[in-house]
Amino acid sequence: MSALQPRSRFTWERFRIPLLLAPALSVILLLFGGGLLLTLSQSFGYLPIIGKTEFSLAAWQAIFQRGEFWQSLFLTLWIGGVATLTSTILAILCALTLRKQFRGKKAITFLFQLNIPIPHIVGAIGILLLFSQSGLIARLANLAGMINDPAQFPALVNDRYAFGIIAEYVWKETCFIGTIVLATLQSVGEDYENAAASLGANRWQRFRYVTLPLIMPGVLTASILVFAFAFGAFEIPFLLGRRFPSALSVLAWRSYTDTDLALRPEAMAMSLFIALVSTGLILLYMTISRKLVRE
Amino acid sequence: MKRFSKGVAIALIIFGVLAPFIPLLIWSVARRWYFPAILPTEWSLRGWSYAFSNASRLPQALRQSFAVSTTASLLAILIGMPAGRVLGLYKFRGKTLVEFLILAPTIVPAFAVVMGIHVLFIRYGLADTLSGVIIVHLIPTLPYVTLVLAGVFANYNVDYESQARSLGANTWQVIRYVMLPAIYPGVIVAGMFAFIISWSQYLLTLMIGGGRVLTLPLLLFSFASSGDNNVTAALSIIFILPAIALLVITSRYLTGRNASLGATRGN
Repeated sequence: MSALQPRSRFTWERFRIPLLLAPALSVILLLFGGGLLLTLSQSFGYLPIIGKTEFSLAAWQAIFQRGEFWQSLFLTLWIGGVATLTSTILAILCALTLRKQFRGKKAITFLFQLNIPIPHIVGAIGILLLFSQSGLIARLANLAGMINDPAQFPALVNDRYAFGIIAEYVWKETCFIGTIVLATLQSVGEDYENAAASLGANRWQRFRYVTLPLIMPGVLTASILVFAFAFGAFEIPFLLGRRFPSALSVLAWRSYTDTDLALRPEAMAMSLFIALVSTGLILLYMTISRKLVRE
Repeated sequence: MKRFSKGVAIALIIFGVLAPFIPLLIWSVARRWYFPAILPTEWSLRGWSYAFSNASRLPQALRQSFAVSTTASLLAILIGMPAGRVLGLYKFRGKTLVEFLILAPTIVPAFAVVMGIHVLFIRYGLADTLSGVIIVHLIPTLPYVTLVLAGVFANYNVDYESQARSLGANTWQVIRYVMLPAIYPGVIVAGMFAFIISWSQYLLTLMIGGGRVLTLPLLLFSFASSGDNNVTAALSIIFILPAIALLVITSRYLTGRNASLGATRGN
């Protein structure tokens, strides 16, 4: 009996991990992996079950030759870059403020997390009602005597520089990154900074050489997530962006829903392009967070 | 001076977070509010009464949204819990690859996947149906649930299970009386996360639902592009209620002291 028991446990142990992983992994592989493969094969115009058996690179060639694709890509990189940089800086400033002791700290920290679960669509509608030319801010500018007419207010939504889109991301992601930074700051405490201060470091030196290196891994990983999200998101540029050039996701969607069915492979190719960039960002994210654990 | 600047910074943070909600709240109860009035010149509850009437299709949208999001999050928990346990408790070969596979759908936009699937869904009769929409909602929800539960299990003390086993409990009894009571706050948080993610989906529902499945974000989008600010604002406020509920409940669970989780959190 005692000789048998370890043996039977051993076989159970051996299959336990794969068995427990199986449900989630098979759903992800089937839906997500399978879906990506289907998008890939349709970007080559190849899908035997609907009778398309010819393999062609035409869609990929077409998108890279299309000026609109490059303009959309540039716009999308601009939106993602500016939004990520701005929210990262603001998030650090917010976290440095919120870590201090003040009255109502608990309530305000709670409020700071408020918009993390708020759907982006609602944020986008709020931004629209704030920043449009007859929005609340334009009305305040009128009250201050800066403008007399809505047309005099600068176009901040559906505009060239994608201000409205960036504003929505900054509004939401500052709180996301800030909450992560705040958690790090609170778990580390102020001992290192106090030690640096007693050695004569001034405020800037304490921030630059003590605080910043401590929060950097969290800041970096969170920023990658924010950039990846902004790069692929659809709803916000769809509501707050211009029609031309539009964000890459919106361009892909418009090609997909175009009455010209010949554009579908191009839509697939563009979506897959976005997916490839995102995949690269996940690898970057995993490398950095792994390093973080090791250190 | 220092106290003053801290006060200003905190006031700015509060204002920044709340700013987009201000016009939403006002528009939901405004009747006439033309430029350059700072506040409406006439107030009314028209936005709300219209939103709650059958004409706005809100009742249908709420029903379908609840059906989709509840089912999708329950399924995600059921499917994701075993994997969450493995990822939270064990080291094994190929773990990095598994983590990559689970992380990928949270970052790669789901429309890139669903565009490819759509053809199959049409062929197998899943397009334009609630079940089709629920299935594609698993793509964004399942990875989140698995990752949140992995975090929950990382703080879970398995030793209680061997104690129960040594007292003669079988696998089902261990799950029912040891594991679930210990992890249920985490499961609720994971479930609510999944619910919110599914609740907020627009493009996936539009693609697979094909206009037949009407959820709240689809309704909100159509009102937002029609330019009816009163109804749009009222719908927006209804739309964010689950998110606020999530925040209130999670903040209670996260600060609440739970015996089995709390015991291991210190180290």
